[in-house]
Amino acid sequence: MELKLKRKRGSIHRGADDYAVSTIAYLVAGVFALVCFVPFLLVIVYSFTPFDLYLKNHFDFFPERYTLDAYRMVLDYPYIWSGYRNTLIIASAGTVLSMILLVLTAYPLTKKDLKGQKVIMMLWIVTMFFSGGMIPDYFLVRSLGLLNTRWALILPGLLGCYNLILMRNYIEGLPSALEEAALIDGANDLQVLVRIVLPLCLPILATLGLFTIVGYWNSYFSAIMYMTKRNMWPLQLVLREIIFEGSAAEMQAAGTVADDNITSPFLLRMASIVVATVPIMLVYPFLQKYFMSGLVLGGVKE
Amino acid sequence: MTEATAKKRDVSFRTYFWKRRWLYLMCLPGLAFLIIFKYIPMYGVIMAFQDFSFKKGIFGSPFNHFAHFQQLFTSAKFFQVFSNSLLLSVTRLIFSFPIPIILALLINEIHLKAYKKTTQTLMYLPHFLSWIVLGGITTNFLSMTDGLINDMIAALGGQKINFLGSTDWFRFVIIITNIWKEAGWGTIIYLAGLSAISPDLYEAATVDGANRWQRIAHVTLPGISNTVVIMLVLAVGGLMNNGFEQVYLFQNDLNIAVSDVFETYTYKIGIVSGRYSYSTAVGLFKNVIATALIFSSNRIAKKLGGATLY
Repeated sequence: MELKLKRKRGSIHRGADDYAVSTIAYLVAGVFALVCFVPFLLVIVYSFTPFDLYLKNHFDFFPERYTLDAYRMVLDYPYIWSGYRNTLIIASAGTVLSMILLVLTAYPLTKKDLKGQKVIMMLWIVTMFFSGGMIPDYFLVRSLGLLNTRWALILPGLLGCYNLILMRNYIEGLPSALEEAALIDGANDLQVLVRIVLPLCLPILATLGLFTIVGYWNSYFSAIMYMTKRNMWPLQLVLREIIFEGSAAEMQAAGTVADDNITSPFLLRMASIVVATVPIMLVYPFLQKYFMSGLVLGGVKE
Repeated sequence: MTEATAKKRDVSFRTYFWKRRWLYLMCLPGLAFLIIFKYIPMYGVIMAFQDFSFKKGIFGSPFNHFAHFQQLFTSAKFFQVFSNSLLLSVTRLIFSFPIPIILALLINEIHLKAYKKTTQTLMYLPHFLSWIVLGGITTNFLSMTDGLINDMIAALGGQKINFLGSTDWFRFVIIITNIWKEAGWGTIIYLAGLSAISPDLYEAATVDGANRWQRIAHVTLPGISNTVVIMLVLAVGGLMNNGFEQVYLFQNDLNIAVSDVFETYTYKIGIVSGRYSYSTAVGLFKNVIATALIFSSNRIAKKLGGATLY
């Protein structure tokens, strides 16, 4: 890297301005990155640290004793498991359906000569500017009989106009020679889509699919609206109750029979956060590979 | 004569339709989704003009001559919610908008690849975690009893601050957590713009004797100024939205005077208290202003020659 720079800039020396800019850039970006990340590190450390040691020193990254009590209690809590199951089903089914609908809807919209294409596109664009709002949405889900079913969390957000436009632009950018050749050979449009266009779309489907999974995994608003039964709650709503509404105490009450020393609610909250976040942390490296390309697609297209 | 051409047109339309039947079939699931989940709720907005009751439904409930809107515009609570929403979103915009730009400019000056990649990885991470997780960490760290931040303040000899339970600190907490979650991620759009700047420009500037500060000011910044303007215009278009998930987590009885925004207010009077029609009217009022804002900001962004929403 240094060599490249030197060659680029010829014989010009690094001056004071170079050092000043570099120092500020390395320092500020580094500090910001740490400030973003250290809280998660602390949560992980705290979740293993006995509460008395936490009280002594909040910055002890290697405490002298560890405890797994909090994890034991969290994993004994039945709603963590039902929450996990609900979220896994909702996120995976939602993402698969969403991608299928996305491809099916986007492909005809790339055919500029298709009659009615413009009308459908306009109908989609209108949804970017106007929506019914919270209460009409609620009534729709309610009158479809979807309250307290997983469909209530899957269906209403299945496809958004923004992703649709990204997908349409992406397909439009693909070379059309193969498609035309296949059509001449007698393939119908569905065969062309599945055999020729779809394989070329895998990169953008991976990107949008990962974003969709994360979206389903993290949201809690629709669950708070549509799910009143606790055993139907997704993980985030269970976590919300543990952290913000003191069901840590309930967990304790259930757990103290077996445990001699009471685990502090603080530890339980920390352990719950870790348990609920592990899957996202695991897919994060894969996400990272894709999201750069994904956003470039999204940002610069006109 | 006319009958014959009509027939001919009909036949040619049918063959056209038959030839492209698969494309039209593909449209069907999307159209069904669009009508059911997007357009029927839009129709449901007429609840705002009705004395809605479950028994009579949307089709049978009587219209009430804008009674909900009359009530709305005379209600002090409504104006409080309105001003809370705008104050929160405007202060948030002012404080959090410049940060991704500054970060992107700084990241762009880092030439050590491993360092660049590590900092980026760390600062993108919060974007992928839920508000429940980030809010949970924040409330525990800001807690008055044994919370990390307040214990640090106390250790430094300061007075503990009730961040979560006071009207003075609510916006601060929202803005800081917002920066934590989105500022790093927000750099990507600017970094994409920066990577498109031709290295020739830097070389030419260097040959002309520009130092590194001058190169940033005269090459780098103009290179992304268009993106900055467009992002700003789009952000202004979103000023009516504060996002339910974040605000609702940090809202409590102690800060409700500043923390109640449109999203949380419509939720509470509608879903929790069951005043469906009135809540729909509040939502409609918000939506109309939001639509006007997004629409005009999009027009401006388009005029400026940049990427728009569609």
